[in-house]
Amino acid sequence: MGSSSSSSYMRNIPQAQVLIHETGFSAAHLLRLYERFQFLDKGSTGELRAQDFTAIPSLALNPIGDRIIGSFFPPGQEKLDFPSFVRIMAHFRPTDPNRSRDGTQLEPVNSRNKKLRFAFQLYDQNGDGNISRAELLQVLRAMLGVQVPEEQLQSIAERAIQEADLDKDNVISFDEFRKSLEKVNIDQLMSIRFLK
Amino acid sequence: MHLSGLVQLWLLGSLMLTWPVSGLIRMHPESTGTSAETDHGHHNSSVEEVPIVTFKWPHVKTPYLITLWIFVAFLGKMVIEANHHVTSVIPESALLICFGFILGGMIWGADKKQTFTLTPEVFFLYLLPQVILDAGYTMPNKLFFTNLGAILIYAIIGTCWNAASVGLSLWGCHEGGAMGDIEIGLLQYLLFGSLIAAVDPVAVLAVFEQVHVNEVLFIMVFGESLLNDGVTVVLFNVFDAFVSLGGPKINAAEIVKGIVSFFVVAFGGSLLGMVFGLLISLLTRCTKNIKIIEPGFIFVLGYLSYLTAEMLSLSAILSIVFCGVCCQKYINANMDENSVNTVRYAMKVLANGSETIIFVFLGISAIDKEIWVWNTGFILLTLLFIIIYRIIGVFFLTWILNKFRLVPVSFIDQVIMSYGGLRGAVAYGLAVMLDESKIKEKNLMISTTLIVVYFTVIFQGITMKPLVRWLKVRRANTSELTLIEKVQNKVFDHMLVAIEDISGQIGHNYMRDKWKHFEDKWMTNVLMKPSARKVRDQVFKVFHRLNLKDAVSYVAEGERRGSLEFVRNETAIVDFKKKIGEDFTEVMPDIMADTSSDYDAMTDMRRDPVPSVSLEIHEQGMKGVRETEDVNTHHLLQQHLYKSRKQHRHRYSRSHFHVNEDEKEVQEIFQRTMRNRLESFKSAKMGVAPPKTISKHQKKDQQQQQKMANGKQLDKSKTYNSGDEDFEFSEGDSATGFEASGTSSPWRVTYRAGAGIENPAFMPDMDLTDPLQVPPWLADTELDSSSSMVAPSQRAQVRLPWTPSNLRRLAPLRISTRSTDSFMMADREATQPRNEDDERFPPPPPPPPAPHRDEGHM
Repeated sequence: MGSSSSSSYMRNIPQAQVLIHETGFSAAHLLRLYERFQFLDKGSTGELRAQDFTAIPSLALNPIGDRIIGSFFPPGQEKLDFPSFVRIMAHFRPTDPNRSRDGTQLEPVNSRNKKLRFAFQLYDQNGDGNISRAELLQVLRAMLGVQVPEEQLQSIAERAIQEADLDKDNVISFDEFRKSLEKVNIDQLMSIRFLK
Repeated sequence: MHLSGLVQLWLLGSLMLTWPVSGLIRMHPESTGTSAETDHGHHNSSVEEVPIVTFKWPHVKTPYLITLWIFVAFLGKMVIEANHHVTSVIPESALLICFGFILGGMIWGADKKQTFTLTPEVFFLYLLPQVILDAGYTMPNKLFFTNLGAILIYAIIGTCWNAASVGLSLWGCHEGGAMGDIEIGLLQYLLFGSLIAAVDPVAVLAVFEQVHVNEVLFIMVFGESLLNDGVTVVLFNVFDAFVSLGGPKINAAEIVKGIVSFFVVAFGGSLLGMVFGLLISLLTRCTKNIKIIEPGFIFVLGYLSYLTAEMLSLSAILSIVFCGVCCQKYINANMDENSVNTVRYAMKVLANGSETIIFVFLGISAIDKEIWVWNTGFILLTLLFIIIYRIIGVFFLTWILNKFRLVPVSFIDQVIMSYGGLRGAVAYGLAVMLDESKIKEKNLMISTTLIVVYFTVIFQGITMKPLVRWLKVRRANTSELTLIEKVQNKVFDHMLVAIEDISGQIGHNYMRDKWKHFEDKWMTNVLMKPSARKVRDQVFKVFHRLNLKDAVSYVAEGERRGSLEFVRNETAIVDFKKKIGEDFTEVMPDIMADTSSDYDAMTDMRRDPVPSVSLEIHEQGMKGVRETEDVNTHHLLQQHLYKSRKQHRHRYSRSHFHVNEDEKEVQEIFQRTMRNRLESFKSAKMGVAPPKTISKHQKKDQQQQQKMANGKQLDKSKTYNSGDEDFEFSEGDSATGFEASGTSSPWRVTYRAGAGIENPAFMPDMDLTDPLQVPPWLADTELDSSSSMVAPSQRAQVRLPWTPSNLRRLAPLRISTRSTDSFMMADREATQPRNEDDERFPPPPPPPPAPHRDEGHM
């Protein structure tokens, strides 16, 4: 796929081979992502900042947009280079039906588990590994705050916690989170088709 | 080219619509006149005696026969469904066909000819529409539209492929001499191919509903079968036109016309259906005052969409499918909950009923010597070709589709899809519609179609289940409704849109998001009631439905335990008691220890209908309880249901949402409940409990009334009464109390539920213990003003029951492990305050409300 015309361009992409190997993106995918990255990178610094993301108009309208942007930046970091960008985007690659490529060491980044992790940390803002009632409520409020009054939201949050909370500690741990979504087809719900 | 004709047809159609109506009106007096005349004549001819009864069979013959047939078909279904071990092996549709064989044999035996067969007119005009409408109306929209591309490709290209390949191959074999001497030309073969091409939704649904394959596979097979019916009818009409035109006259222009007509008919039909769907949605906005016939609109307009499309020679099936698909969301939001349920059930009754009739008549139609023409080559080759080409078509199309699909269709799913190509009544109906003057071998085609139908429905239907099991096809998840999943789905949706935004591609999610915005902005504004718009959030709906379910299981649990005392006494105030218990543990742990022995005594007493203390009175009370139990159950349930819906309505109008007033009332409830508990405990302990009205609570009552007057609308005079009655603890009135409070506002439910402990057996008797007649809560404030006692009430109030969340306390019932726990805990904790009360009089019940302090809560 990395045809000869683009191969020169490929060389500009930092760690292209490593990324292809690691994330499973094809060279064409990577190229496309790199173009996008450069487009978003207004200052041509080779790194993205949060405001580069918020500049995407439709993302600003997304009720949980800021959380998603936030999840691109590990705590304490304010800049995002291209490899990290690709690694995060790779979460959303559909799982390969015939995953056999060297399939030995670490699980691929787009595995069900990793996908769930990504979803989990959207809630877990303080990073303590648990979703508390307040954290859930924040997400709920962001998503349906306009339509549903606060009291209802609170009881919904309460109830949702109750449902998932198996060990009755009033928070949802990652394991509980995973259990509660056991029947959900994560692969389908957390994948997009990356254009070539 | 068709358009001018269409317009004329429209005009004609509207004329036709008005004419019969006026005709009917004009006809009416005439018809009554004639009947009067005949009556007269009849009387004249037989004046000798007045007939007591007359036998008027011809008069009722047609409707009578129809009804009788429906009855017989239903009876057959009933018998079949009663044998689970049979239906688990052989699908119901196959059994119904066999039942039809038997019936047909009986008719044949009696009449020596087949009197009753499925005519295309009856099938297409009266039996099919409701089945398709039901399918469209209950279509899982999101799933359908996500896979719409694939479905359309299977339905259109797949069907054309099937028709063409089967027709051409049969013709080839014919030319090769495999069929002997029959008079069928190429066009006739193609016509036959087109009628046999389509997978039948009725047959597919009947089989796939029982095997529970995963939903993507299901929607593919089902969606395809629905849409390709439309396609096959269109194809059939085109080829039918070709056949009547005759081979030599067909030139390129005619073929182009045929193709154009195909698209006009198919898309025109779909469009017409959408228009009707939107029309229904609009109508249900204004049916507030005629709730009773509200559901009727859906059926009438749905049927009209079918008939209109039929009249305009557009695809009627596609029309009614899209009518159902388009309107479902809006009408479900616009209509009253009762109406929605009515539509749902009535639709199922109609669809299931006519499905049953269709299969039975498919069986009956077989027992007819006239239609059976055997041609081994033709029949076997047809069977072979439809199976082979179906497999080829599915695999080829899936191979192409998988290049574009996010989650490719797996190999096993493809096998099931190919194998799920069941043919059904649509093919048979079309075959019967063939014109014998143009097609000499019509009967051969009918019998071949019947054989194909029987083979696919019976043989493939039976083997489908083992095949699904053997191939380990991914099954559908038993979709237990959970809130967290719904929330999560929403998060996923937003997340994918965001990721597509970030990666800068316009993908599927982007489109969906855009459509959703468009829909939110325009469609819902026009088509939905403003009130419905606010509550159509998915998460909230699930929440609401879960709460309803809880309410039902809550009461059911109470009934199962044999006494609703359980419902009224214990769980209703679990929350309060827990809170109290917790706080008491903190404040005075020593009392906890003391209660342990009493705990058993208390529970014993409560479970034993005749406790050792105050025997007669308790008996009396129990009698009253038992008598009114049914009524109470009913009302309690009603109230729970009522409440959340009421709550629902509450939220629409923000101007009427007064939290603070509610809170006061809630405090009131809390306080009363606690007092009641204390008192009842006391009286039980003392063993003296004269059931009297408690005069000293009058003051309290008045207070309460005032508060209610403040908090509630003034039209609740009834509610006041019930409040009083409740309060006086007179025996017989618990039922009436329930009845009266049926109209009351949400919080009253809890009050009732909490007040359920006012079992006459536990009549509080303050006179003995408290000569000063100081109400305990007052005494308490005087004696014990420690702020620590305030805590329980306040804390409890934070989550008091004016939102549906108070049904949350029912959750333990759903989670079995928890249920016993919390009940036990409730029992134990409930005793604590009482015990304490026992230890040292006067008791420290919860203090009076402190409204000022609580204002800041919400």
